[in-house]
Order: sequence, then C-alpha cells, then structure tokens
Amino acid sequence: MNDMSQRPRSGQGRSLLPTPEQRERLRRKRTLKDNISRYGIGAAGIGVVIALGMIFVYLFSEVMPLFKSAQVSTQQAYAIPGVESGESLEHLTIDRYDTLGASFTDTGRITFFDLDGGAWRSSFEMPRPDDAMRSAFATAFATTGAFAYGYDNGTISLGRVDYAITYPDNLRQIEPELRFPFGEEPLVLDEAGRAIQVLGLQVSDRGTYAAAELEDGTLMVTSFDRRENIMTGAVTVEQATSELPGFDGRARQILIDNRYRHLYVSDDAGYIHHYNIGNLSNPRYLGAVQVTDSGYVSEMTYLNGTVSVIAGTSDGQVRQYFPVRDAQNQYDLTHIRDFARYDAPITHIAPEHMRRGFLVGDELGNLGIHHATAGADVFDAPMTDGPLSRIAISPVNSLALFADENHQLQVASVNNPHPGISFSSLWQKVWYEGSSQPRYVWQSTAGGDEYEPKMSLMPLTLGTLKAAFYAMLFATPLALMGAIYTAYFMSPKLRGKVKPTIEVMEALPTVILGFLAGLWLAPFVENRLPAVFGILILMPIAMLVFAYLWSRLPEWLRTRVPDGWEAVLLMPIIIFVGWACVTASPYVEIMFFDGSMRQWLTDNGFTYDQRNALVVGIAMGFAVIPTIFSIAEDAVFNVPKHLTQGSLALGATRWQTVVGVVLPTASIGMFSAVMMGFGRAVGETMIVLMATGNSPIMNFNIFEGMRTLSANIAVELTETAVGSSHFRVLFLAALVLLAMTFLVNTLAEIIRQRLRKRYGNL
Amino acid sequence: MKLWWKSGAPWVWLNAGAVAVSVIMVLGLIGLIAVRGLSHFYPSEIVEFQVGDPELGLGRMVMGEHVRSETIPVPVARDAGIAVPPELDSDDLVVRHLIKQGNRDVTGQDFAWYAELQMSEWQAPPDAMRLERREWGDFYGYALRVLEGGEVVAEGEGLWEELQSRVERANTLFRELRRIERNDVGVISAEMEELRLRERALQRDPDIEPDALWAQLDQIQDRQAILDQEFQTLRGEIDILRRELYRDTLVATVTGGQEVQIRIGDIVRAVQPNSLSLTAKAVEYVQQFWAFVSGEPREANTAGGIFPAIFGTVTMVLLMSMIVSPFGVLAAIYLREYATQGPLLRLIRISVYNLAGVPSIVYGVFGLGFFIYTMGGSIDQLFYSERLPSPTFGSPALIWASLTLALLTLPVVIVSTEEGLARIPSSVRHGSLALGATKSETLWKVVVPLATPAMMTGMILAIARAAGEVAPLMLVGVVKLAPTLPVDSTFPFIHLERQIMHLGFHIYDVGFQSPNVEAARPLVYATALVLVILIIVLNLTAISIRNRLRERYRAASD
Repeated sequence: MNDMSQRPRSGQGRSLLPTPEQRERLRRKRTLKDNISRYGIGAAGIGVVIALGMIFVYLFSEVMPLFKSAQVSTQQAYAIPGVESGESLEHLTIDRYDTLGASFTDTGRITFFDLDGGAWRSSFEMPRPDDAMRSAFATAFATTGAFAYGYDNGTISLGRVDYAITYPDNLRQIEPELRFPFGEEPLVLDEAGRAIQVLGLQVSDRGTYAAAELEDGTLMVTSFDRRENIMTGAVTVEQATSELPGFDGRARQILIDNRYRHLYVSDDAGYIHHYNIGNLSNPRYLGAVQVTDSGYVSEMTYLNGTVSVIAGTSDGQVRQYFPVRDAQNQYDLTHIRDFARYDAPITHIAPEHMRRGFLVGDELGNLGIHHATAGADVFDAPMTDGPLSRIAISPVNSLALFADENHQLQVASVNNPHPGISFSSLWQKVWYEGSSQPRYVWQSTAGGDEYEPKMSLMPLTLGTLKAAFYAMLFATPLALMGAIYTAYFMSPKLRGKVKPTIEVMEALPTVILGFLAGLWLAPFVENRLPAVFGILILMPIAMLVFAYLWSRLPEWLRTRVPDGWEAVLLMPIIIFVGWACVTASPYVEIMFFDGSMRQWLTDNGFTYDQRNALVVGIAMGFAVIPTIFSIAEDAVFNVPKHLTQGSLALGATRWQTVVGVVLPTASIGMFSAVMMGFGRAVGETMIVLMATGNSPIMNFNIFEGMRTLSANIAVELTETAVGSSHFRVLFLAALVLLAMTFLVNTLAEIIRQRLRKRYGNL
Repeated sequence: MKLWWKSGAPWVWLNAGAVAVSVIMVLGLIGLIAVRGLSHFYPSEIVEFQVGDPELGLGRMVMGEHVRSETIPVPVARDAGIAVPPELDSDDLVVRHLIKQGNRDVTGQDFAWYAELQMSEWQAPPDAMRLERREWGDFYGYALRVLEGGEVVAEGEGLWEELQSRVERANTLFRELRRIERNDVGVISAEMEELRLRERALQRDPDIEPDALWAQLDQIQDRQAILDQEFQTLRGEIDILRRELYRDTLVATVTGGQEVQIRIGDIVRAVQPNSLSLTAKAVEYVQQFWAFVSGEPREANTAGGIFPAIFGTVTMVLLMSMIVSPFGVLAAIYLREYATQGPLLRLIRISVYNLAGVPSIVYGVFGLGFFIYTMGGSIDQLFYSERLPSPTFGSPALIWASLTLALLTLPVVIVSTEEGLARIPSSVRHGSLALGATKSETLWKVVVPLATPAMMTGMILAIARAAGEVAPLMLVGVVKLAPTLPVDSTFPFIHLERQIMHLGFHIYDVGFQSPNVEAARPLVYATALVLVILIIVLNLTAISIRNRLRERYRAASD
C-alpha cells in the first residue's frame, strides 16, 4: 500500500513505478520506522518490567540497613586535655551537638575541650572541703549530666554539666557551664564524718538520691530536696537519710533508679544486692543474685530508663538484669540475657542516651556495642593496645570517645542506626522491661524518651493469618460449592446471569465492605449474635429438609421446574430462614442467655469486642468469594465434557460423577483458586482497618479483633520519622507481605498453567 | 430416604444453596447500600411527641426525624438507662426509637434514643420545619417571624414565602462571597507567596550583584504594595457582603416553646416536609441529590456534599490512566511480539501477572518511600529549594497518588492487552508479513487495531480498580479535607503537588474518624452508593465496549 501512495508523485509521463532512488529512500524510511518501533517498544517494555522489579529492589534497600552491623572508625587521637600526669580520669562526656568533650579527673577538675583537635576550652574546679581528700566518684544517668565527688570526711559535692547555646550571627555557640543544684557548699552525707568509699547517685524530676558505702562498711542512702525561698532566693536543702541493712563483703558500685524504688549494690564476690528504697524510712533488703562465681562484677550501669542493669564481670561476661514482679507483687532482680563474652575483665560500660544500647570496653582494649532489647552484639573490635579505661558515647550516638591507661583519647565516629532490630527481636519472644516473662509484643509508639519500643512482627503476622483464616473459613465452602454447582449443574441461561453477578463483587471497593462491616454488620452481629449462629446451623438443615420435601413432591409438579434451577428454588427458603433467625434472636437471647448473648459470653470468660474476627471473617470472606469462585468455576467448567458424559453413561449419578470424575480433575485448579483467595485475604487492608479494633493481640479468639501487617502499615507509616528503625520495620512488614502473597500467587499460577497443559492432553 | 441420600442429591442441593447464598449476599449488599444511600435524600416526615415517665405524667416534647428502631430485652434496656416499669420482667422486650432531633446548639445532643414505653402518639405537625444550617447541624422547629435589622418584616401569613426568598438571597450572597474569597483573594495570595519566595531566593543567591539585587527587591516591593492595595479593596467588598449576608434573622421556636434566633445567612435550606405534596417531595429529593453531588462538605465532612471528593477521584484516575495506558500497552506488545520467548520470559510474565495480586498497601509503601521521599525530595532540592523546609513535591500529592496507582494497575493493563494480542490468529500476522509489510507496520496497522478491545477492557478495569482503591492512597496523597481543588484558574491550572479528596477515603474518614457517627452515617451510605454506581458503570462499560469492539473486529480477524 505504500507503493500505491507513491504513484501520483511519479506520474509525470515517465514510468509509473517509483525510481530506484525513491524506492531506496522509502525502504530506508521503513527500516528506520521499523527500528524505532522495535527499540522504542523494547525500551518501554523493559523499562516497565524494571520499574515493577524496582518495587522489590527498593523495599529491600530500605530494609537492608536494619541488619547492618555497626561501624566505628577512629578519626583522631590526642592526649586527654585537662588530665595531668599523676591524675587519673574519672569520667568523659560529649555534648548534644558533638562539638565539645569534657574530662573529669580524680582531683575534681572538669575540662571542656573541642572534640575536633582537642583544643582546651575551659576548666572548672569542684569546690572541695579544705582538709578532705576525694575518695569516691559517681554519675547519675548520662542524660542528666549530674555527677558527684565524695570525700573522706563524709561529704559530697554535687554538680551538673550544662551547655548554654546562643546564636550570635546565626552561628551556634555552645558555652559549657558547671551548675550546682544544691549550692557550691559540699553536702554532708555522714554526720559522723566517716570517709565515703563508694558513691551512688541518681537525679530525676522526682528529686536527687545519693547512696554511699562508708569506710566502716555502713551502707546508707540519702534523698535531697531543694527548696528555694521565693522572697529571699535562698536555697535550703532538705535531707532524709537512712541506713541500709548490710551484707558480707564490700561494695564496688551502687546504682539507684530514677523512680527511687530500687537500689543495687555490686560486691567484690560477684553478687548484686537488691534493696527496695520505695519507703525511705524503711528500706528493705530483697536478696542478692550471683552474676559470676569466678570473679566479681567489675562494672555495672543502668540503661536508658534506669530499669535494666548491665553487669560486666572480671571474667568477661556481660549480663542484663532487671526487676521482675512475681505473683505476690514482689520484685526480684532477674537475669534476663547474656551478651557476647569478652576475653578479659570488663573495664567500662557506657549506656546510650536514648536507646537500650551500650558500649563495653575490656582490659585488652576491645570495644563491643550491644543492644539489650534485641539481644544483639552489633560491634566487636580492638580499639586500643592496653585496657580501655573510659568510654563516652554522644547523645545522638554518632561519636564515641575512648580513653586508655596512658591518657590517650581516641575520637571515633560511630554508625549504628538500628541496633534495636534483629531477627530475634522481630520474630522471637523478647523479655521486655516490666513484663514478667518473654512475650511477643507490638507496641511501637514511643511514650517518651525512656520508652522501650516493642517491635515483634509475630502478633501482626498472627493477626494477618487469623483474619485470613476466618475469611477463608467463611468463603471457601461457599465459593467452591457454588463454583461446582454453577459450572456443572446450573442451567446455562442461569449461569450466564449468576456468574457475572458474583464476579461484579470482585470490583466492589473493599472500603465499602469495610465500612459496612464496621458500621452495620458489627453492631448487628453484636445485637443478634444468636441469629448469626442460628443461620450457620439452620441454613444447611433447612436446605436439606426442603430438598427432601421437594423429592417427595408429585412428578408433574417437579418437572415443571427445569433441571439446574435448584438455586432459585432455594432462594425464598434462605431468605425466610435468615429472616426467621433474626426475628427470633431476641427471644432466644431471653430464653437461653439471660437477655444478652454478648453479656453471657463475657460472663463466661470470652472477651467480646464489637469489631471482631467474626465480622472480619464475614466481610473479608465476601471480598474473597468472587476471586475463588471465578477461578474455581473456570476449573470445573473446563473439565472435558467427554469425561463427565462417559461417567454418566456408565450409570453414575450426577453427584457421583462430580465426586469421581470432576473433582479429581479440577481439584488442582480449585486449590489454586483457594490460594489466590488466600493471597487476597492476606493483603487486604481497608476491611481489617475498619472492621477490627486493630489491637495487636496474640490469639485466635473469634470474638476478639486483631491487627494485621497491612492495617498496621496503613496506621503507622505516615506517623513515623523517615529513616528511623520503626519506619524500616514497617517497610520490612511490607516486604514480608509482598513476599508472602507473591509466593502464594506464583505457586497458584504455576499450578494453573500445569493444569491447562493436562487438560490439553485429555 | 436412604436412596435419596445415597444418590448424592442432598449435596447437589447444598451446592445450589451455596450459590443462592452468594447471590443473595451480593444483591442484598447492593440493595442495602442503595436503600440506605437513596433514602438519605428523601425529605422524611418530622414527628413530634412527648416523652416522660408514665407514672409522673408526660414530660417534655421531642421533635425530629425517626432514624431507626430497635427491639431489646428489658435487662439491656435497663442497662441503657431506660426507666422500665418494674412490672415488666426480664423476659419482655422493649422497643426504642432513635430520633434525629437536631438543634445541637440548643439541646447539645442531636441524636437520642427514646423508649416507646414513655411516648405519646406521634404527631406530624404540618408547619414543622427543618433548617439545614452551615453550622450546628440541622434545626427542627417552627418559624415565628423574620427580622431585618431588628424590625419584624414578616409574621404569620406569608412568612414562609418571605423566609424562602430571603434564604435564596442569602445563598446568592454567600456564593458571591465564596467566589471572591476563593478566586480573587486566592489569586492575590498566590502571587504574594510567589513574590515572597522570589525575594527569598534572591537573598540566598550568592552570585548576585548588590545593585541588581536591590533593583529586583525594589520591584518586588512595588508589586507587593499594589497587591496589598488590591487586597484591601477586596477586604472592603467582603466586609460589605458579609454585613448584607447576615442582615436578616429568623426567630423560631423549638418544640416546647423556647425561642431561638437564627441568622438567615447561616441557613442553607428551609423545608417543611410534612406539608409537601408528592411532586414537591420529588423535586426536593432531586434538589437534595444534586446538592449532595455538587456541594462542598461542611462541619468536618458530616454534612453537605462530596463534590471535591468526586472531582479528586476523577482527576486522579484520569491522570493515572494517561500514565498507565501507554506503558502498559507497550510493555504487553513487547512481551508478546518482540521479546524472545523462553523460560526467562515465562518467569517475567508470571511475575508481572502476580504483581496484580500483591496487596495494594505494598504499592502505597513503595509510593511513599520511593516517589515521595526519594523522587519528590530530590525535585524539591533541585527546583524548589527556596521553599524548603516546607516540601512542595516531597509530600503526598496528586501526582504521586496517580503514579502509585498507575504502577498498581499496570499488571491489569498488561495482562488484558497480552490476552488480546494472543487471541489474534498468527495467520493474520503472517499474511501481513507475506505481503511485504515490516514488523512495525504489521504491528501498528494490523495487530494493534485488532487488539484494541482488549486494551480498552484493560484500561477500564484499571480505572475501576483505581477508583476503588484506598489503602495506598492513605499513604501517598489523599486528605480528609482539601482546601483547594487540584484544577483551578491560577497558573499552571493543574496543580500536581496538591493533595486531593477521594470518595473511598471519604467513606473511611467520615465513617470512622468523624466525631458524630450518627450524623455521618447516612452520608457515608450515600457516598458509598455514588462510588458503587461509578464502579459498576465503569465495569459495565468495559464489558459492553469489549463486546462491541469484539463484534466489529470479528469479521477482520476471522
């Protein structure tokens, strides 16, 4: 046809055919077009396939950082500013913006220095009683910045590091300050003036507590309360002191929690002693736990929240403890988990400020980073040649300081964004703080800085399976039986109407099913619970009774209705039974359930939520029926006619043919239909979101709700910080969903293709 | 009996029952939505009755619309705080009625349950009226007189006509006010924002000469002054209009006799349903329906119309189909006509097919992470850096919603087109090639036209799926209340970065996030009805187009 179009142009009296040049040009043009089309389509096609593949790649790339281990790399090293020879380093800190470090010496000097280069910024001397010598040092939890020096005359001086931030010329200027919340004058801890050997300190909005072991082994705890006179501005300090029951041996360290209930003392024999100081006038000794039998607790510290204690021992163990409440409401300090063992005594443990992570150093100079909730060891490498004496981690976990015995300081950058997520924290039971045993919990939202996020995917996965299970329980029998009947028994004319009617359901937005389930079905089921069960039981019975009566009817009447119209005959029966059950429901409730079946269930120990698995099962079953029905119906319908006709010709009844011939042939197709339906039920979001209470619980109770992976993503993803662990765990949930449905669907699809081949052979 | 049982007939009947149940459920569902949705627009009767303790004599008056009734056992009624007479024992049943009594500003509770035990006969007073208001929900009561600037202008005879004409006038003024606020003020503030951003960009520019900078800043300031002037003029106009709007006041009594003053500017509609004739009711019904479809939502979406949601849904779906159709069709042609058939291609094909079964929320997660945070974030960095840190494209938006849904529906289009291409007999292709046509000529002039029905089907199925999808949209672009439509009269007319309202999300939001569930419920049913109609119509169109085109091309392909 291209040649035809060329004709008028060459019609100038000479040949009517195009010249060789023209043909050549035309050919080239056509080849060019052909190539453009080929490569254009190729590029677009491959592009689309790649774009779809991108979904996997991208989700994977967002999830991967969760499982990366931490990285620590030393940036610079210099002598610790402010620590002179003969002095020793007590403590190291980093400010919130990673620009300033602070060193605390045993002589009471606090020196601030630029982390970059180690330049000296300023020094402060702690006020010290004239004739006393420093004998102990303690810090409160790192976020408070509070610390205390104890002296050999029974006094302590308490200070707090603070940073004043100003913005001259839009540049951040940080000025370190030393504050004295109780005044510069040292506080008297022991009136008798005995030397303080070991000091423990805690500061929170509930007050300030200090505990000490004195030179004669007496243990005492004191609370300080600061009162400021509004008129004069004078500060008075109120003190309450009480002596703690003693134990055999000497204390090494003392920890106090920030709610002032628990006090722990580690001794030199490997025990941690547990005191209840909730009532300060009557402190009680609760017992001791043995951390190690071949050494002593060389270092212990609180984690963020001051509930968990991490104890490091002289034989290299790192163990976590926290108090667990037993049935008698008594707290027991309980061993929770162990972390990777070190080869040498533990020298120092530094907790992260906002997370349940901590850094451990040992005498061989090894550094380890661990996370308590995840039970994870995320980093382990030697940092110094000699013992690692002090460690500091910045409040944002991006920078760490390591000091060794020779007063050399290493400044190292730390990249450890997601220590709290590990395989075990996601999929195994985790013993969370405050709970009496390891559990599966999803509770991601932070209730404050001290909150321990609980991100176990188990309740969500179980919820997903629970929802899918009840949906399938409802949908599978209806859809499969319906498919068999429609494909095999129903008259073709009726089938032409019924099949599209059910298939239209597939296009119905699930948000509509969800809202009906939540706003109409849930209250309906709650008020008419006996009706629901009545329908389940009575419906098949009514159908059978009607069928039997029908078979007893005289021949002439029965033959009036053609074969394959049973479904239509049953419709009035079904509607009647449904109506009757609903109407009778209140009377049944009065007769058998004292007026309310819901109340009766609650009284008998079944939790009943209005939006529960039963409602979800029905609503989601609704959404799944068309999927299963459509594919299964095709499978049954495509069973070759000569097979069934042969069976019928040999004298089998219609039903015997179905059981003996149709079902075996179509069973794989029906199985694949069920799998497809399952895949859809697993991923459904809106119905679950609207028809359940979305509480992540771990049971299969049909009267309780659930939270599924998909609903959880919909609820939480928009409210979480981009790039946080929570954000990435939600991406992981999406990836799990994707993988789950993709696998199920692929399997179903492969089965279907196999089946098609088999039919071809029959 | 035994024989009957053995023949398997009961099983056949049970299977028949399964079909019957499924069909009844489908029809029942659609019927439920239709009945509930359609009855929302009907001007139902206003009833009036007295409630109180039967022993102490009848108490206060209640007036409103009957919503639904419930039969409950006596213990439940006692739990619910209904004063059940002691002579009824726990085996008896009590009927209670939910009455929409409106007047939220007067009674504080616009829906209340009343037990039938304590009710007088229901009356339907002919002059009872229902006022649809812009605030505080509906009002039920009797009109007393109309005031203009404190003076009585209508009372008794002719009051209703006067009220209607004044409501009409107020509505005209209100529309005018809206128009000025939306368009004129909108244009000015858009330009102001533009100027502010330009100023900011200039000040940040490190390379600019100081003289040029000052010159440009001066220009901007001049323009700002002019705009400010215009804005003040408009403000004056708005003030005048507003004064006019609230000129009149209606004095009405609620049932029981309390007098209430209502500004006529707040009234959207005034109806006396009890005295309407059947024709008038029909007219009222149509008007209500139209107001619902074309109006804007009021009172946290629990009243008014759903036009922005319909508009948002349609815009988003259109944009999506413009993205998905070329790519889906090209990908299908590639897979079927160009790619080398082999195990790898089979794997790809199965994967693509299966992506249709991947949960939609997964696409939403991908859209949020990749489109919004990665792509949108980069676009903001490159082109809208002066607006940072407030995001332009780096937040949920129309374009990302459309792209996400395009990705979601891509497998649908590919599968459908491929099926169409596969159905074309190879003899057609061979014939074309044998006549000397190149592959692309064969493709574009012979094969593709024959496959158009399949492509159209795929497209429409994609649209139907996209229109009903909500879960991914919650992450990538819909909001409960968008202040502006994505298409308007300010440049560049189609605002891809705006968030949209969506019918499906509207259902979720109004039904589940709204503070006043009872008031929202009929609205949700009506919205659901609109969505169902939209989707069923789309699906039926798909089927009929497929059939028609199949007929047209049947001659060609045989």
